[in-house]
Parts: sequence; structure tokens; C-alpha cells
Amino acid sequence: MIETEQLTKKYGDLVAIQNLSFKVEEGRIWGLLGPNAAGKTTTMRILTGYLPATSGRASVAGFDVFEQAEAVKQSIGYLPETVPLYPEMTVESYLGFVAEIKKVPAARKKAAVDRAVQIAGLQSVRKRLIRNISRGYKQRTGIAQALIHNPRVVILDEPTIGLDPAQIKEIRDLIKSLKGEHTVMLSTHILAEVKEVCDGVVIINEGKLMASGSLEELARSFSQNDGVYLKLDRADGEVLNLFRQLPGLKEAALDGAEIRLEWPWGQDLRTQVLKLCLDRKLEIKEMRSLAMNIEELYLRIVSGGMEQ
Amino acid sequence: MSAVWSISKKELVSYFTSPIAYIVIAIFILLSGFFFYSLVWWFNTQAMQMAQNPYYFQQVNINQMVFAPLFHNLSIILLLMLPVVSMRLFSEEKKMGTEELLFTSPVSVIQIILGKYLAALVVLLAMLVLSAIPTIFTFIHGNPEPVPYLLGYLGLFLLGAAFLALGLFWSALTENQIVSAVLTFGTLLLFWVLSWAAYSARGLWQDVLNYLSFFEHFDGMTKGILDTSDLVYYLSFAFFGLFLTHSVIQFRRWR
Repeated sequence: MIETEQLTKKYGDLVAIQNLSFKVEEGRIWGLLGPNAAGKTTTMRILTGYLPATSGRASVAGFDVFEQAEAVKQSIGYLPETVPLYPEMTVESYLGFVAEIKKVPAARKKAAVDRAVQIAGLQSVRKRLIRNISRGYKQRTGIAQALIHNPRVVILDEPTIGLDPAQIKEIRDLIKSLKGEHTVMLSTHILAEVKEVCDGVVIINEGKLMASGSLEELARSFSQNDGVYLKLDRADGEVLNLFRQLPGLKEAALDGAEIRLEWPWGQDLRTQVLKLCLDRKLEIKEMRSLAMNIEELYLRIVSGGMEQ
Repeated sequence: MSAVWSISKKELVSYFTSPIAYIVIAIFILLSGFFFYSLVWWFNTQAMQMAQNPYYFQQVNINQMVFAPLFHNLSIILLLMLPVVSMRLFSEEKKMGTEELLFTSPVSVIQIILGKYLAALVVLLAMLVLSAIPTIFTFIHGNPEPVPYLLGYLGLFLLGAAFLALGLFWSALTENQIVSAVLTFGTLLLFWVLSWAAYSARGLWQDVLNYLSFFEHFDGMTKGILDTSDLVYYLSFAFFGLFLTHSVIQFRRWR
């Protein structure tokens, strides 16, 4: 649904992004991740047709971003980093205006506004001036604007920035509800957001692609085995030997006070491990996944720990 | 076309929900009312004196004595006030970040420019129409010639349209509305000064400077002469302003 090939953008001598190639499948929510000034906004601006690329190709919904700009713009809903609002308009008239410039037919305009108001939960403020509504509602209005023409692709640049925790949760739930019907790409540097909302990520740093794929794929590419860390009331060779008898287990080792159990990807021995512990009256204090969490993954990738 | 109209409507909402349009229109009406009143008063006293002498009485002409100077005064007021009307058109979008919404919509840059320009022309039209209301009384109580009167207003409109096109251009160059207004104002003053320079110039230079000056082309219309070269001048000036605006916007994005 979104595809780029060797995408490069230079501002004079400054290289904003360099040879970026990635792919987002239809109906998925994809995160565009990277430290500040990594080129996230530039990438999104190229995809939406706001900026031309210096070289390379990009396509959205099957249309070439450079050659079929109008078709691309028609199939994208875009929330830029600064929410593009006209404070002197009401929420309703603003959405009506966006519907008009997004070429929603006049007969369907009212229905489109109603639908966007409903999806974004703006019923209580629809008649109010944008100037007077809260930050959370402004952000929602921005998202409603991006959805007004029911686009196939939705691109959101830092959709939860500057909101309070309750509002962040609401916006995330809203984004999650878009899955399936829309293909969503959102940029963020909040890792918890990626974990909660996204199916996969594209990680860039200093304009270069560091990694891309689903979260599971990325985790797999970093370690050969899946597994758990187990903390029991005792940890000694005897216990290790007990676990080693489990069929399918590749490794059992002591790691400080914890026992590290590994098995190949695709299997899951957690139930067997638990059962064993219960049978042998081993008291479990803690059990956590061996797979790197998103924070570790991100730090490893951004610091250049992976060749893709 | 409907996209152009959508943009215009939005611009008009912005003009008329902020105080700018009201203040500009109100002050324009006030000043034009003042000039009109004092010109009519002066015309009255002059006409009384001239009535003593049958020869001079032939010379009494309300078009030449009231409307021609009124139109000249109004043209200068437009020069002072229209930069305020055009200053926000692109500057504000840039500052608010709404430019990104416009340029990522399936609307062409030409449609955006035309939409904004059209809205500014509506404000100009409102200024002229509302300020013309008191002058209608001269037709009720006297008999001015309608053609020079109407051509004078047409001239003011064309002049204003040229000013606004220039203002639109500067507005596309900066995100600061004040800078945009000052640059527009400065350029307009420069063109005004050209007509003074034309007095002291000789030969070809005089012709060139005269041709470039806004007010030379306006003069004929206040006398009731419609010369196509004047029309061409204003329309090409406006077209050139819009064309430059388009170039600037494209250049900034493709750079």
C-alpha cells in the first residue's frame, strides 16, 4: 500500500533522508520510528506530496507520488506535525471545508462530516470555534480532518504529542480502530505507543533505514531462540537438569539468580515449564520473556547494531 | 472551479470573523465620505462664484470638480490600505502550518491562488460599493455624467486588483504578515514615485516611466476615456503578480 524505493531528499548540502526503501502492507498500522531529526517528517511530507524527493521512487495506494500526485493526494489523509487548524472556524465548518478541498461530492459532504465527527468523538464540540476547544479536541479534529474523505491510507505525524495520558490513550484507541479498513503510518518516538498500536515499524536514523518489518520479525532477527527468564525459589544444577528433560528445549542455563530457558522460534514451552514447576513444587517468583523488548530493540538498532 | 470557490469562501470567513475586513472597510468609508463631503462643499462654493459669470458657468462640471479628485484621493487610500488586506493570505497559512493541509489536498496551486485572490477582490468590491453609496445622492440632486463616474470606479477596482496581486506575491514569500504588508506597501510607493520621476525624465525614459506608473493609466478613466491599453496594463499587472506568486510557491517547494 505504501512503498518507497531508494528515496532520497537533500536540502542543499544537508541530506535529510538517504536511499530509503520500505514497504507497508494494506490494512496494517505501521510506525515510523527514529530519534529527533532522523527524517521522519521529511519522509511523510514526500509521501503526501508536500515535498518532492531529490531522487528515488515512492508509491501510495498504487499511484506514483510524483507522477500521479493528485490521485495520491486523493487517497491519503494526512495529519501534519502541527495540526492544520483555522482557529476562527467551527469544528463543523472546518471539516466541511476540508471535505470540499478533498473533493468529497457536495451531496455526501454532510454525511462525511457527521461520520468524521463520530469517529473522532467530536459530537460535544462540533459547533464550537476551534480557537476555544482543548488541545485534545484539537488533535482529534486534526485526525477527523485526515479521515474526512475516507482515505485508503492515513499518515499521522506524531499524533499523540503534547497530550495528557488520558488523551493519549483515547487517540491510540482511535488509531487502533482504523486498522483493517485503512492503512496507517504514524511517526513517533514513544516506544510504548509502537508496542501498543503498531503491527510493524520502519526505524530510521540520520536519514538512513536501520530496520523494517513486523515487531516479531525484528525480535527474531536479533536472537536465534525464543524463551523465558525464570526466577525460582532455588536455582541450582539439579533444577537445571529437571528442565533439560523437557522435550524441545534447546538450552537451560543459569544467568545470575535467574534460569534462562531457550527454545526455537515458533514453539512455546511456557505451559510445560509451568507444569513442571507445579509438579516439582518449585515456587515461581517471576517469569519474563527472553525476547528483547521494544526499548532494547530500538536502542540496539539505532546505535547501528544491525545490518539490514 | 468549485475548489476555487471553496478556498474563497474559507478566506471570506476568515476576513469577516477577524476585525481586519471590518476595520479596513469602515476606515475606507469614513475617509471617502470625508473627501466626498469636502469636495462637494468646495464645489458648491466654487459653483456659486462661477454662477456670477456666464462664461465660467459653462465650465462648471461636477465630474471634473468632484469625482475626478475623489477618485484620485481614493486611489491613494487604496494604496495605503490594501496591503493590509493581502498581507495574511499566504503568510498566515505558512505560520499556522495550514499550508501543509492545502498543498497536500487534491487542489492545484493555481486554484489555491485564484481562490485567495478572489476573496481579496470581494473585500475590495465591498469597500468600493459601500463607499459609493453617498455619491449616489449627486445623481438625485444633480446631473453628473454616469460614464466617467462608472469608469472611475472601474479604474479604482482594476487599480486595487493590481495592488492585491502584488500583495499576494509578497505574502507568499514570508510567513510574517507585517513584513508582507510593508514590502507590498513599499513596492506600491515605488510605482507611485515613478510617475513623479516621469515629469523630469525626457524622451523614451519618460514614456517608459509613464507607462509603468499606476496612476497614469487611471487618469483617463476618471475623465471618461476607456483606453484598451490601460485595461491591458492593469490586467497584465494582476496576471503578472499571480504568475509570480505561483512561481514563488513552486520554487519554495521544489528547492
